[in-house]
Amino acid sequence: MPKWPYKGKEYDMDEDGFLQDWEAWEEGMAPELAKMEGVELDDRHWELIRYLRDYYIKYQIAPPIKMLVKEMAKAFGPEKGNTKYLYQLFPGGPAKQACKFAGLPKPTGCV
Amino acid sequence: MAEVEKKEEREVPYYETVLGASPEKLATVDYKPPAKPWMDVPPKFKKLDYLNPAKVKWMKVIDLPFPREWSPPDEDWKLPENWKEIFLNGMEDRLKRFRSFQLFMDICVRCGACADKCQFFIGGGDPKNMPVLRAELLRSIYRRYFTTSGKILGKIAGARELTVDVIKELFKYSFQCTECRRCSVFCPYGIDMAEITMIARELLLLLGMHVNWAIEPVGKSFLTGNHMGLLPHTIKDFMDEYRDELEKITGFKVDVPMNRKGAEILYIVPSGDFFDERGVILTIATLLYFYHIGLDYTWSTYTSEGGNFGLFTSHEMIKRLNAKMYAEAKRLKVKWILGGECGHMWRVINQYMGTVNGPADFLEEPVSPITGTKFENAKDTKMVHIAEFTADLIRHGKLKLDPSRNDHVIATYHDSCNPSRAMGLFEEPRYIIKNVCNNFYEMPESCIREKTFCCGGGAGLGTDEQLETLLRGNFPRSNATKHVHEKFGVNRLLCMCAIDRAVLSMGLSYWCPQVTVGGVHELLANALVIPGESPRTVDLRRQPLKRPITPGKIAGKEA
Repeated sequence: MPKWPYKGKEYDMDEDGFLQDWEAWEEGMAPELAKMEGVELDDRHWELIRYLRDYYIKYQIAPPIKMLVKEMAKAFGPEKGNTKYLYQLFPGGPAKQACKFAGLPKPTGCV
Repeated sequence: MAEVEKKEEREVPYYETVLGASPEKLATVDYKPPAKPWMDVPPKFKKLDYLNPAKVKWMKVIDLPFPREWSPPDEDWKLPENWKEIFLNGMEDRLKRFRSFQLFMDICVRCGACADKCQFFIGGGDPKNMPVLRAELLRSIYRRYFTTSGKILGKIAGARELTVDVIKELFKYSFQCTECRRCSVFCPYGIDMAEITMIARELLLLLGMHVNWAIEPVGKSFLTGNHMGLLPHTIKDFMDEYRDELEKITGFKVDVPMNRKGAEILYIVPSGDFFDERGVILTIATLLYFYHIGLDYTWSTYTSEGGNFGLFTSHEMIKRLNAKMYAEAKRLKVKWILGGECGHMWRVINQYMGTVNGPADFLEEPVSPITGTKFENAKDTKMVHIAEFTADLIRHGKLKLDPSRNDHVIATYHDSCNPSRAMGLFEEPRYIIKNVCNNFYEMPESCIREKTFCCGGGAGLGTDEQLETLLRGNFPRSNATKHVHEKFGVNRLLCMCAIDRAVLSMGLSYWCPQVTVGGVHELLANALVIPGESPRTVDLRRQPLKRPITPGKIAGKEA
């Protein structure tokens, strides 16, 4: 299992760049994880990352894109509440890449 | 100004950035085989070209042997000490148990009819992705250890020693086969390549080797009933959201029956339909459709998965994961089961379920509650495909449809591998599409119906962990889509499989981003003329319609 060094400690990370223990994640990690994929985080990313983390605690999975769209619209206005906008924020796909930055496992199966 | 720049930056498709190769470059395939004979070319593993190995955690959840941490590019795969013995014993056992396997090891005459039929060979040019050679990887071992000629003559008889490199090679090419069975259509002997790949994967699994994209879903399915690991309250939360979305778009507030005992019909979908972008639209469409026809049905949070990644793992795992379908049907006391737009679910149902977990005598032979049509084809499994069910309704004039409500869509249809090749479902989806959409164009005859290409992501390959392999395997289908896009302006690729919906979207975002992907019943629901409907200007995706919907009117005229 590859190790990811962060603030003098090492964390398990799979070959695909996902942290293995979602509870080991802390906010400071997100910008570092995003940087590895060439994404710079701003308020809009953070809104979703925090929403994802809150949702995951309750439901053990990240919310589907429909809910992310709704959350965006709620926080930043209806013109930002669409799938295309989410893909601009997370070019690797909101479902997968947002999870990666939020330290959550990627969804599996027919998705 | 800054915003404009940002936008331009993102015009390059994401996968092109990751891969560092443009579609033009990736489509230039070198078909020249290596100079050395195939047995002398060892397998190589480079980044974005292989799937990650199964994680220890998920191996343990389903009691698989030798869970360990390893990686394909590693020199040492940490094989168990007696790996050779385990592998050959496993092979002997399967030769005895599966006559098909014995037959497929014996009868190939290397005519080459299959050689250029695999999408991974077409898009990648690696000769070991010619089905004949992929099978030969295992056949050469069969000859060496299980035939007299191979034992005596060795290489001359096409036999070779079982070495660690052979194991690595089997791993590589077993996971560059989507078990789609396109090659088998062209084989004069009808050799089923999927069955050979399945056995090869079983043998690898005996040594503790498989891919995480298959094993994690199997583990989650075992724990929660579905590949995604969705818990009952999560599914409920998702479905409430979709119900609300449907109400916002159409004004209809529908019921979402969950785990309802005594319903006439149990409805089973792939779990992607609870989560995946395109699948979710299909779910919203289905909610509207079933509400409209007043179907007495229920969703289930236990049988919350139509797919069965056991099919990609082992015969035992097929049975283990499939069992929940009949168990839930029994518990809820339904009469029969309706299945959604799922892919390999239908292969398991039609080719395995009846014998591994049947007979389901406690269920009734399916009869449409609306038309009275008896689905005699489902007498054994008690399970009807939603396209059969819908086509029957349309045929009997039970649905009022306005195809002009889909005039913003110019559609083509991708026959999903398993509904087409494992159940022969060619006409029903086309019949539905032609009734709900005015613009429908077929892709070339050589790549539709039973000759359909795979999306490139079936059988546990549908992840961008192996982005290059995925895009290469996807190329033939996306290329044919691009053809009808350029010729007829096609902007929607319809299909009936959750892996398709996810993987074709990934592939097209790279090869032909002008085309989106969706399910057949999404268009059906768009076209439904429903009493009490409200005026609206968008479809179920919230995409603008060509002409706003005026209640009760068909194509702008009085209905």
